[in-house]
Amino acid sequence: MKRRDFLRTGIGAGLISGALPLFGGLDSINGQPVKTEYDLAAVRGGNGGDMFDRAIEAIGGISKYVKAGQKVVVKPNIGWDAPPERAANTNPEVVARIVKRCKEAGASEVYVFDNTCNKWDRCYRNSGIEDAVKEAGGKMIPGNTESFYKEVEIPNGKSLKKAKVHKMILESDVFINVPVMKHHSSTRISLAMKNLMGVVWDRKFYHSNDLHQCIADFCTFKKPDLNIIDGYNMMTKNGPRGVSVADVTNLKALIASPDIVAADAAATKMFGLQPSEIGHIGIAHEMKLGNMNLEELSISKQKMV
Amino acid sequence: MNYKKLKQTRVILSLLFFILTTSLFLDIYEKYANETVHEILFLQFIPSLLQFIQTFAIGTIGFIIVIGLTAFIGRIYCSTICPLGILQDVFAWLAKKRSQARFFYKKKKAYPILRYSLLAITIISLIISFSTIISLLDPYSNFGRFVTYLFRPVVVVLNNGIAMLLNKFEVYSLNPVKLVAAPWFMLIFSILIFLTIAFMSYKRGRLFCNTVCPVGTFLGLISKVSFLKIRFDEDNCTKCGKCIGACKSECIDLKLYTVDHSRCVDCFNCLAVCNDSALKLTSKPPKANTNTSRRNAITTGIALLVGQKLLAESNPSNDTSKLLVNKKEHPVSPPGSISIKRFNEICTGCGLCVAVCPTQVLQPAVGQYGLKGFMQPHMDYVDGGYCNFDCRGCGQICPTGAILPIEIEEKQITQLGKAVFVKENCVVYTDGTDCGACSEHCPTKAVNMIPYEGKLLIPEVDQSICIGCGACEHPCPIDAPYKAIYVNGNAVHQAAEKPKEEEQTSAPVEEDFPF
Repeated sequence: MKRRDFLRTGIGAGLISGALPLFGGLDSINGQPVKTEYDLAAVRGGNGGDMFDRAIEAIGGISKYVKAGQKVVVKPNIGWDAPPERAANTNPEVVARIVKRCKEAGASEVYVFDNTCNKWDRCYRNSGIEDAVKEAGGKMIPGNTESFYKEVEIPNGKSLKKAKVHKMILESDVFINVPVMKHHSSTRISLAMKNLMGVVWDRKFYHSNDLHQCIADFCTFKKPDLNIIDGYNMMTKNGPRGVSVADVTNLKALIASPDIVAADAAATKMFGLQPSEIGHIGIAHEMKLGNMNLEELSISKQKMV
Repeated sequence: MNYKKLKQTRVILSLLFFILTTSLFLDIYEKYANETVHEILFLQFIPSLLQFIQTFAIGTIGFIIVIGLTAFIGRIYCSTICPLGILQDVFAWLAKKRSQARFFYKKKKAYPILRYSLLAITIISLIISFSTIISLLDPYSNFGRFVTYLFRPVVVVLNNGIAMLLNKFEVYSLNPVKLVAAPWFMLIFSILIFLTIAFMSYKRGRLFCNTVCPVGTFLGLISKVSFLKIRFDEDNCTKCGKCIGACKSECIDLKLYTVDHSRCVDCFNCLAVCNDSALKLTSKPPKANTNTSRRNAITTGIALLVGQKLLAESNPSNDTSKLLVNKKEHPVSPPGSISIKRFNEICTGCGLCVAVCPTQVLQPAVGQYGLKGFMQPHMDYVDGGYCNFDCRGCGQICPTGAILPIEIEEKQITQLGKAVFVKENCVVYTDGTDCGACSEHCPTKAVNMIPYEGKLLIPEVDQSICIGCGACEHPCPIDAPYKAIYVNGNAVHQAAEKPKEEEQTSAPVEEDFPF
């Protein structure tokens, strides 16, 4: 009798411990909150593409966000006519890996665009993003054609009541926002929420009608399904264009979250700043567009070697 | 010699030069390498002459080669190389085609007083550097203006229309191209000159080339003593008159068996049409039609030009009572022009830099430089754009050397003007909200943001590192002439300091995950 009990208990314990990875892995053993997936994932130490793979795994895997047959729009920062090492634009490898994974998940098309600040063909080309996207099987769409933008109402906006939004944002099934982590002379930092200024036609309106409020207002209209903040190279000063590579540090970081406010809050802290110090993050949190109180969220932290 | 083949060769060469030259101005997808431009424009007379006067470089001897060619065979330049001449041949050909007359042209007399006076005025203008006369009379510059301000907009509108159509089918091989409307005055002026020259050539062939064009008159003097000339073999001549009927310069006299070599443009029409071998190229001592469809075409063309200009003018009105008007003491001349005075003396307003500029910031001036700079390009930071920090295109392609081909390192410290911040106009001051569009775009961060009243940031300009590129003025959301930051042009370009060499930055926070 005792041996049967011992065997039963032993086999049961063995099965349970072997199955632990299904229940949150080592973290559960360490006493961390047991979660199947996290609210936000942060990765350090790898190259851009690999860090994305690690991060997306932690927040549910790409198939949580992209289903077979869907049209995906990926919106990186391609605003400036600068090479990748200047970190004025998103790292092309990160964008390429995202496109690749979306196609593997069965996306029918993956579109990539930005309403650039400098001349669009130079930005697309010199950022390295155009070639990287094409190689990964995505389609670059021009972003500087006014007729591609349709006017929409933003009834919940306090300052931004209407805007012309790029049709890819309006027509696609999945919206993936991929900003680069950088300093910005107007808003102090340029992250996920600021990156959305590249999907509207008239940015001048934002600048002359309470910039921070407009940035938050846009999120009342539409929020990305997924935000990937590329910090492989981070511009720490003289943003958003940067003056030289002396402004850039090879930070090797990446932050991913479906919550745009949380993603911005985490990335802001990497600048040594508090999210409440940044106008549009505080406003978006007040407007309940997301959560900037990171202690209330479950965060996956991975360090790659 | 087979003169029919000679004429054919002339026609093919002329089309080659015409198409290559025109394509430079219509390169809306920026396919041409800037170096190729000089190769194509090498033989254009006045640009080459102007460059030579300044630099005496071997690459500028095109006009000397033309003079040599003329001394050998006559005014072949006018029929093969000069794009305005070839354009006039197109109108003349159209006129001849639609005419029922057996003999289209007639012998007409020359206008020596008119053409030699104009030549004298041109030479004097060259000596005293009064470029306006040269700009107005130079055939290359006139042609350049037609293509840049009249043809190119039509090409862009067509391109944009087709691109939109293709984009609907997700084909992105063509894309819409930005078009900045030229000032009204330029459009009307260009149209008037175009119609005048078109009319002159339609009715009277090469009349412009033989009465107005100083290059034609000058080469005509050399042509009088050229080695090879078109002469009559009087024994063979049957006085059928076909040669006169084909002569675009109206310079063949059958009574005296002479060809006026100062007016002959070596088109070889007469040689090709004569069946009796009475004309030889040798060194020994010869309507009004009312076609409504063409009217429609011209009207549509003008309407397209005017239409795109009208569409560009739609300014919503704001309350500007408390704002200060921008005080611009000088306009801004392109990088490489060295000084406004020097630029005005050399530039002939051909419009090539306007056509080629990737940001379309170069636009023709009407009154900005005064009369001496009429039609010459200036940097239009309000409607045009701003100067791309990494570009030196205008200097590379300028055919007269008015804009010098300075290296990119020099261009990036050439101060075209100084940025001036007007706090009273700035939204940070008037509305208490953040903006910073100016500093965003500044390539040297001469425009920097400093703390202001609580948590706001307001611009501050360090003029010592400002290069006057206009990247601040253009995106400022306040409309002109009340911009909160604008560039005051330097009459003589200065050298800006390089932005301070900064130490390589590092991660702001030590922790891997500061949250």
